Amino acid sequence: MPGVEGFMYPNEVELQWSILIVLYPYITGLVAGAFILASLARVFNVKEVQPTYRLALLTALAFLLVAPLPLQLHLGHPERSFEMYLTPHRTSAMAMFGFVYLWYLLVVLLMEIWLDYRKDIVLFSQSETGFKKSFYKILTLGSKNISPRSLRIDDRVGWIVTVVGIPSAFLLHGYVGFIFGSVKANPWWNTPLMPVVFIFSAMVSGIAAVLLVYQIVNRTRGQKIDMLCLDTIAKYFLYVFLIDFSLEMLDLVHRIYEADESFRTLNFMVHTRLYFSQVILQIYLGTLLPIAMVALTQFVKFRERTRRVIYSIAASLALIGIFAMRWNVVIGGQLFSKSFLGYTTYKVGLVSREGLLSAIALMLLPIPILWVLLKLLPPWEERHQEVSPAPAR
Amino acid sequence: MNNEATRREVLKDTGKFILLSGAARVALQTMRGEPVVEPDKYKMAEHWWGMTIDIDKCIGCGNCVKACAAENDVPEGFFRTWVERYYVPDADLDSPQVDSPNGGFNGFPEINRPVNAKTFFVPKLCNHCAHSPCVQACPVGATFESPDGVVLVDQKYCIGCRYCVQACPYGCRYLDPRKNVVDKCTLCYHRITKGLTTACAEACPTGARKLADLKNPNDPVHEFLRDNHVEVLKPHLATGAKVFYKDMDEAVR
Repeated sequence: MPGVEGFMYPNEVELQWSILIVLYPYITGLVAGAFILASLARVFNVKEVQPTYRLALLTALAFLLVAPLPLQLHLGHPERSFEMYLTPHRTSAMAMFGFVYLWYLLVVLLMEIWLDYRKDIVLFSQSETGFKKSFYKILTLGSKNISPRSLRIDDRVGWIVTVVGIPSAFLLHGYVGFIFGSVKANPWWNTPLMPVVFIFSAMVSGIAAVLLVYQIVNRTRGQKIDMLCLDTIAKYFLYVFLIDFSLEMLDLVHRIYEADESFRTLNFMVHTRLYFSQVILQIYLGTLLPIAMVALTQFVKFRERTRRVIYSIAASLALIGIFAMRWNVVIGGQLFSKSFLGYTTYKVGLVSREGLLSAIALMLLPIPILWVLLKLLPPWEERHQEVSPAPAR
Repeated sequence: MNNEATRREVLKDTGKFILLSGAARVALQTMRGEPVVEPDKYKMAEHWWGMTIDIDKCIGCGNCVKACAAENDVPEGFFRTWVERYYVPDADLDSPQVDSPNGGFNGFPEINRPVNAKTFFVPKLCNHCAHSPCVQACPVGATFESPDGVVLVDQKYCIGCRYCVQACPYGCRYLDPRKNVVDKCTLCYHRITKGLTTACAEACPTGARKLADLKNPNDPVHEFLRDNHVEVLKPHLATGAKVFYKDMDEAVR
């Protein structure tokens, strides 16, 4: 059979989960990671990263809005997906996705953004004209009270939402990890470490994304980049990445040392079909190189410009590496037979429903969404200079 | 002389006997394809279905695969049941060579290989697990274990996410490309609830695979389980599989 080496159960030859299912954990990971970075400023009082606070929230929202789309596109009957809300199957690790998603979108992210922007929204609803005025008016949800007392309450409630949001972000992405980690039929997925690895890799990718978005947005607007902020984010990026890498290596070492019945098959797969995406892309280029680059900036004093370049390259590599990690989990887990006797091949279609073009379009979609969000809810400080002095943030 | 029956009398009596016996009625109904058990008389609580497979009897003819495909309209390239051929060299028991060309639909072409190996056929199908990982995984409950022990899919409800396909350790599920819903062996539920056996078991020329009703005290399955070395596939996964293999080699997975 073409593309098959050894023996596959006959129904296994064709892969069930495509590149779109690779995007799903990748995108939700970016959401969770960006949110956790935002919570650093809000809850953990890391003042240096404050300039990215709102940007991180909007980035998370832009990606969260796209997160369910690859799933919808993948379903055999997308029109029935609503059944997950109506008749969720309690024992299914997947049934809760809709609820976790809604909780995170409505209760955590939208609430936090609204509370944080409420004052701006009220001011916009007074200063803007025409369509924009009515839009902001709707966004105020009827409350025009921006007295210091009410803003203090907003801040307090917003803080509580963020505190609730941190475990929610862990839940959102740890849960995605559990969907894979709980499949006992598949030894490549079946490990209790999976949710933990997913959470830490999510934080790496989310921080990397905000690091890039912050620089690109400021560069586009001709604004100065806050180097202290960037250095601090890079430091957290490094710490989280080291934890993530240690966890993944723990998993790997454990598998190699245990060498159970599946080991020979998985080992062969990593050395052949997954060699490029796992060893080269994920481990060397996507993990070790960016870790080494950012670690270097901790020991050697580089000029600002050099540091910015190093951070940008490291963040880009990390984003590629984490994507490769999702690929290796989702696609890698379907390349070998559950009989442990053979391997199949995944061919990505180009223009099919689950093909490469759909995947690229979905991956680019958050960018225009973020652009619109930045227009509607500008996260920078000089937004109301004509109306009122900028609040000290 | 008078006491001896004439040929005519013997025939008449035999005919009467056949006509009056329930067996004839069942045979006639089966021939006509009529239900043997009235649908409203079938009680799910009285059955617990499974299958027994005698590996030594399987000759790899592929009749079961053909019969299943015809009976259940199985899409090409996918299989509700299939047959695997094992070749286990005694020099390397860990590395069996297995093939299943087109699921064994057309039988198996002969391959010239060294003879210092054992070789045998293994028919596969859904194991109708009592603790099915696939049922556990379905996010909407479209796949379920029926009260009589058969794992089924409600195709009007399945959303086509294929999580169950990933969750099945035996590779028994697939997405029907014509309907975009998951499909699998139903143990010929439409037949067994009418008192018939499955299409695969009926087509098997050697009786290697037999439908088993574990709740029926008269079913030969009890004798089969008692008198033989019986094993299920991947017992370490604790799925409660109900397809029982007799004398299965350790190499089978």
